Amino acid sequence: MVKEIEKAGITVVQMANLIPVSKTVGANRMVPTISIPYPLGDPKTPKEEQWKLRYHRVGVALDALATEIEDQTVFEV
Amino acid sequence: MKKGILYLNQFFGQIGGEDKADYAPAIKEGVVGAGLLLNNLLEDAEITHTLICGDNFMGSNQDEAVEKLLGFLEDKEFDIFFAGPAFQAGRYGNACGVICKAVKEKFNVPVITSMHEENPGVDMFKKDVYIFKGGDSAAKMRKDMPKMAKFGNKLLKNEEIKGAEVEGYYPRGIRFEVFLDDETPACDRAIDMLLKKINGEPFVSELPIPELDRVPIAPAIKLADAKIALVTSGGIVPVDNPDKIQSSAATRWGRYSIANLERLGNKAEGAFKTIHAGYDPAAADADPNVVLPLDALKAYEKEGKIGSIHDYYYATVGTGTAEGEAKRMALEIIEYLRNDGVDAVILTSC
Repeated sequence: MVKEIEKAGITVVQMANLIPVSKTVGANRMVPTISIPYPLGDPKTPKEEQWKLRYHRVGVALDALATEIEDQTVFEV
Repeated sequence: MKKGILYLNQFFGQIGGEDKADYAPAIKEGVVGAGLLLNNLLEDAEITHTLICGDNFMGSNQDEAVEKLLGFLEDKEFDIFFAGPAFQAGRYGNACGVICKAVKEKFNVPVITSMHEENPGVDMFKKDVYIFKGGDSAAKMRKDMPKMAKFGNKLLKNEEIKGAEVEGYYPRGIRFEVFLDDETPACDRAIDMLLKKINGEPFVSELPIPELDRVPIAPAIKLADAKIALVTSGGIVPVDNPDKIQSSAATRWGRYSIANLERLGNKAEGAFKTIHAGYDPAAADADPNVVLPLDALKAYEKEGKIGSIHDYYYATVGTGTAEGEAKRMALEIIEYLRNDGVDAVILTSC
């Protein structure tokens, strides 16, 4: 899905936990998430902490969209 | 009698389903669950121990998981290592590949697993691990396990291995020398192929070059005036799942308005939930924003970091979904993205 969107010329960033899978599939811009059932907020942590994590990582994803890259890139969080 | 060790995930190791996918690495003596079948199929070997680890534990804490699992094996004697079969389960395929590769590197024993051809683990690990061509679901256990066992028996007896195509594992990219019965030398075969090619006749290459399917990188966008869309394969839908998107092997997708929302309401509020059958839904049902981060994106819209958020989000379920279906659904979604002037997409996956 990520590849088809990019092929259509729409800039796309994939937020995923299994980054090696994203790489193999062929995503170009990637941002790691923290888990599979709760990618952007651990329910065992306070709401405020979940929000901070989510706000931060979505920010990284937006910056990834605004960054020119030459190769597949995993953006640091 | 030779000794083997088998790796299983929480489900096949009989610990539990998705709610136990965070299960920390463990070792059990003897056979558990699916191991019984393998043990019965081995001729002059037995499974002495079973390693078990939750798929999410392995996915999110890979270094820790591998270290613990290898630690369990340090004082064990074994001649061969098996994992799976993993069928089309992406996380399980990843886990089987990771542990097989690590065991091979540390203990230098043969490692064998099995996966469906669409399991991403195949491309990730086929160079390092014997991965047998397997079915798409656990219903194929009785077909896939015997293939692993048969090959294991062969290796343990030091029988001649005849290469990927004959044995049934995915090619590892290792060239295998064979002498043809008719002894036609390579130069003659090459000229024969060339003549066939010139004459437009079909021929089969002896050295197929693997194709890497990569897409050109789309250009960076200017965030300040960009329209951003959210797309997810995490199965977030309105609570009544109006498009009846399937919980796995999805062929349908949905387009849902978020135009007047600050955040996604949860299942208890009668708003959004997940229908994805590949992970424990508790966290996503309690707060769907952990999968589809509308609340955070809204904050960036208010701050002026981005121009606007597309009025709709798009969702399907990415577990057991065939590549062809995923492609078709993406093309259908792209129509809407284009027509609505979307500049960029955040795609979240579980």
